[in-house]
Amino acid sequence: MRNKKIWFFGLYADPPVLLRVILALLPFVLLAVLYLAASNIRHAENPHDKLLPTVSKIVKAIENTGFKKNKRTGTYLLWHDTLASLKRLIIGIMSSAVIGFVLGLNMGLLPGINNLLMAFITFIANIPPLAILPILFISFGVDELGKVMLIFLGTFPLITRDIYLAVKKIPEENIVKALTLGASQTAVIYRVVYPQVIPRLIETVRLSLGSAWLFLIAAEAIASQSGLGYRIFLVRRYLSMDIIIVYVCWITFLAFLADFMLRKLISYKFPWYNLQRSN
Amino acid sequence: MQNEPKHLLFIEDLKKVYKNKVVLDDIDLAVSKGEFCTLVGPSGCGKSTLLKLILGQERTTSGRILMEGRELLLPSDSIGIVYQKYSLYPHLTILENIMLGKQLPVSLWRSFLKKKAIRLEAMHYLESVQLAEHADKYPHQLSGGMQQRVAIAQALIMKPKILLMDEPFGALDPGTREIMQVLILELWEQNRMTIFFVTHDLEEAVFLGTRILVVSQYYTHETNGKQGVNLGSRIVSDYALNRNGASSPQIKETAEFGQLIQRIRNEGFDPKQCQTASEFNLEHFDSFQTFG
Ligand SMILES: Nc1ncnc2c1ncn2[C@@H]1O[C@H](COP(=O)(O)OP(=O)(O)OP(=O)(O)O)[C@@H](O)[C@H]1O
Ligand SMILES: [Mg+2]
Repeated sequence: MRNKKIWFFGLYADPPVLLRVILALLPFVLLAVLYLAASNIRHAENPHDKLLPTVSKIVKAIENTGFKKNKRTGTYLLWHDTLASLKRLIIGIMSSAVIGFVLGLNMGLLPGINNLLMAFITFIANIPPLAILPILFISFGVDELGKVMLIFLGTFPLITRDIYLAVKKIPEENIVKALTLGASQTAVIYRVVYPQVIPRLIETVRLSLGSAWLFLIAAEAIASQSGLGYRIFLVRRYLSMDIIIVYVCWITFLAFLADFMLRKLISYKFPWYNLQRSN
Repeated sequence: MQNEPKHLLFIEDLKKVYKNKVVLDDIDLAVSKGEFCTLVGPSGCGKSTLLKLILGQERTTSGRILMEGRELLLPSDSIGIVYQKYSLYPHLTILENIMLGKQLPVSLWRSFLKKKAIRLEAMHYLESVQLAEHADKYPHQLSGGMQQRVAIAQALIMKPKILLMDEPFGALDPGTREIMQVLILELWEQNRMTIFFVTHDLEEAVFLGTRILVVSQYYTHETNGKQGVNLGSRIVSDYALNRNGASSPQIKETAEFGQLIQRIRNEGFDPKQCQTASEFNLEHFDSFQTFG
């Protein structure tokens, strides 16, 4: 009895490897089966149903958007949109990261700067970014700058505050110790605190990417000529669910990939980061 | 005092008040070069605070602290410190942690050029705490005792005029603790260091020190007759211990050793036994008291 492994139920369940894989895949399989079944039923009733396109229609949509030049624009739509969106996303999140990092670092270390900025950044952080989207479009234009600004304003307060907290969490002993090792005050900031906070920055950027995507798609949906969000909201008018599904899957994949790569970057470049927190 | 420059560390009439709580009061202390001072006292009596003041991390409320006749305004490389925790940098390997003291004071470029020499020197210090084979590990991969040895090496590479230690072995198990005690005595001898060592373990204090300072808030004020917790702590005893070289842990078994510990316990740790200031047991030859 004692050696019997519990497969699934209870606090001490320890599923074997194969079962783990099956369990992980199960929800995906269920979703796919459910979709195919529903799609079949609808197509049996109405062969021209647009709401739940069949697999062949979706494959066709992939072909049309990803591998055929669009007749009207002369570009490969999917790649063209991806490029436009990624550019905005990356510029937006990078400027958030840089500015959030510099602000957070200085606020965490220098009481004077903290006094100057903390209340203001808390104020900005509490403005719902989408509510001021019209203001952004009016003041920065409906082109690239307005969208980048939305992503920036939506993500930088959180990054700033997260870096601030990470700096605050460095024990005072750690900093006094650096001074006794002959560090100047600048050296404390840039050679002792900075390298300890960098992995935290990557982590918080990783977590902010979710909201960055949200702001990107919202901005593109409202005013744009290209971009993944723009396309989804454009083809919605023609009820092209096939294209929408392809785009949504593609965005999900991109988001997953970014998350995965940033996680790997941390564990590869900063092997001490995740380990030291666990003890 | 006319003999100021004679002493490495000189503290006169020191008083430290946090908000309205007096932590330290009327501290007078002169420490000569080469001394191994151990500092004991009840929890919360202000031992760590005294170290922070010496280090320059905190300001005195009144009185002054001189290192070789000069006042320190900020922590600097003339004083080394080892804490119970957080002495090491988690993002650097063991060797890099020790190299840091040679790299931080110079520009990135210079420290890059001299990297090889610094590495060699750091390796030497790592060997002196018997951890050469762990050079490339990160701190979290070492045991508590090993981490403290690294912290000691990290401080030693600076050749500080005085090494402050705040309960450095407080988190170690008894066996490791004893090994560390012998190690620090050896290093103290070899490097002719001056050490200021805070502990709440009386046995450790008596075993290590050439001088034992008892700081306590349990005494009777000489003028107003007040007693106990509302007073700022003072040095209530100051013993000189003869030590010819590093002693072996066997002396902990002797009767004399036990008696001294008992005496210190009575003088500094028992709220019911308060001496008045005139009775303080200040037998160390550097000891002096001024009343301001
Ligand atoms: N920054 C501060 N603000 C206010 N009070 C403080 C501050 N730092 C220390 N104290 C108070 O000063 C007293 C002495 O603290 P300290 O840490 O020096 O004691 P300690 O002797 O090192 O104690 P322990 O043996 O527990 O380490 C305590 O009562 C503490 O509450
Ligand atoms: Mg303390």
